Amino acid sequence: MKKFDYLKPTSLDEVFSLMEKFGSNAKLIAGGTDVMVLLKRKRIFPDVLISLRSVPNMAYIKDEKDKIRIGSMTTHRELETSTVIKEKLTALYDAVINLGSVQIRNVATIGGNIANAAPSADTACPLLVLDASCLLISSKGEREVELKDFFIAPGETVMKQDEILKEFIIPKPSKLSGSAYWKLSRRKAMDLPILGVAISLAMNEDKSIKKARIGLGVAAPTPIRAFKAEEFLTGKFLTDEVLAEAGNIASKEASPRDSIRGEAWYRREMIRVLTKRVATISFKRANIV
Amino acid sequence: MKKVISFKLNGEDVEAEVEPHWSLLHLLRETFELTGAKEGCGKGECGACTVIVDGKAINSCLFPVMEVEGCEVTTIEGLATLNGNLHPIQESFVANGAVQCGFCTPGMIMSAKALLDENKNPSEDDIRTAIAGNLCRCTGYVQIIEAIKKASERREP
Repeated sequence: MKKFDYLKPTSLDEVFSLMEKFGSNAKLIAGGTDVMVLLKRKRIFPDVLISLRSVPNMAYIKDEKDKIRIGSMTTHRELETSTVIKEKLTALYDAVINLGSVQIRNVATIGGNIANAAPSADTACPLLVLDASCLLISSKGEREVELKDFFIAPGETVMKQDEILKEFIIPKPSKLSGSAYWKLSRRKAMDLPILGVAISLAMNEDKSIKKARIGLGVAAPTPIRAFKAEEFLTGKFLTDEVLAEAGNIASKEASPRDSIRGEAWYRREMIRVLTKRVATISFKRANIV
Repeated sequence: MKKVISFKLNGEDVEAEVEPHWSLLHLLRETFELTGAKEGCGKGECGACTVIVDGKAINSCLFPVMEVEGCEVTTIEGLATLNGNLHPIQESFVANGAVQCGFCTPGMIMSAKALLDENKNPSEDDIRTAIAGNLCRCTGYVQIIEAIKKASERREP
């Protein structure tokens, strides 16, 4: 492993000035469970790591009137043990309880999971279907980017060199709504998904679908939304036929590849299966009687 | 590019000269010669390097040494008393045959300790979740889970 210096700024201003000073020779580090592995595998060669752990007020879950704000340095374990997440953002809860191990979840952060921009990022699909936005901040100011517009390619996002991911802003789900995430993997713990499917449904009183969101992970170069399938579901009732067709449409919207974890045809097939399954769970969680 | 950090190690205030690119595991094994925590996979999958930092089980192979400044670190070496009395979890591992080759044992016990410190009365599910990140290739999980369960029962008042 290449030697590097490790800097621990204690304010955002200090982070920005270090980022400016070292430019592309620096790499930001949050929990480090991805960055440390990349360093060991000699995939990245920074001269300097700039740690965000000593910057105050970066880890929080704020339950506001119509929004939930999650600080980017919040660990997966903090999310897992939060009643707000468990009760209101169920798809995200489904994702964090099956990510890595307790040891990983104790340090890995949600901001790191998203900023790393892996197609398999477990928290990406739930955040996509929960209509999350990312608050990006630099020395020049801040801007909000919807997560659906955030990813560009594997490991690439719309974040500029001088920006950091500060928080996620999630509109509070309406009353008759439910969300779920299904991670398809060979074993329960310590595995990356072969495929991830998250769905959130907001229902009308008559049990028709008011708003549908479908997020797919490892189904394309970045986590994606299945917009056409969402549109198809809107206004419909959740019958077997409707769910099957939504699965078909979502499957066509995906562009999975063959990889060591699974082949493209299998992923397409499983998008059909899981769309149906996850929509059913989401519907149950919407608690319409 | 050596730097000096100070922290609490197994209850004692310590200071160490470190290279900023080290992991906590490197510091523990090479500087303090605490070789209970092992490097298995080196990427956070096997849990053989598990130690407790500020009450939380973590993979020390991925933990940047510079983040240890001011923290409280407990390793397997910190569990037994100075006169050699084993910790109840260690005793339970011995009594229940939960040790085979022993490579995963320090990590298993530290994961178990973090769990029992937080939850005095864990369910089997809680135990399985707590050690899901600790691989045992002798496949002795049943005895390990049993040992943790027995240790929790013993610790109840």
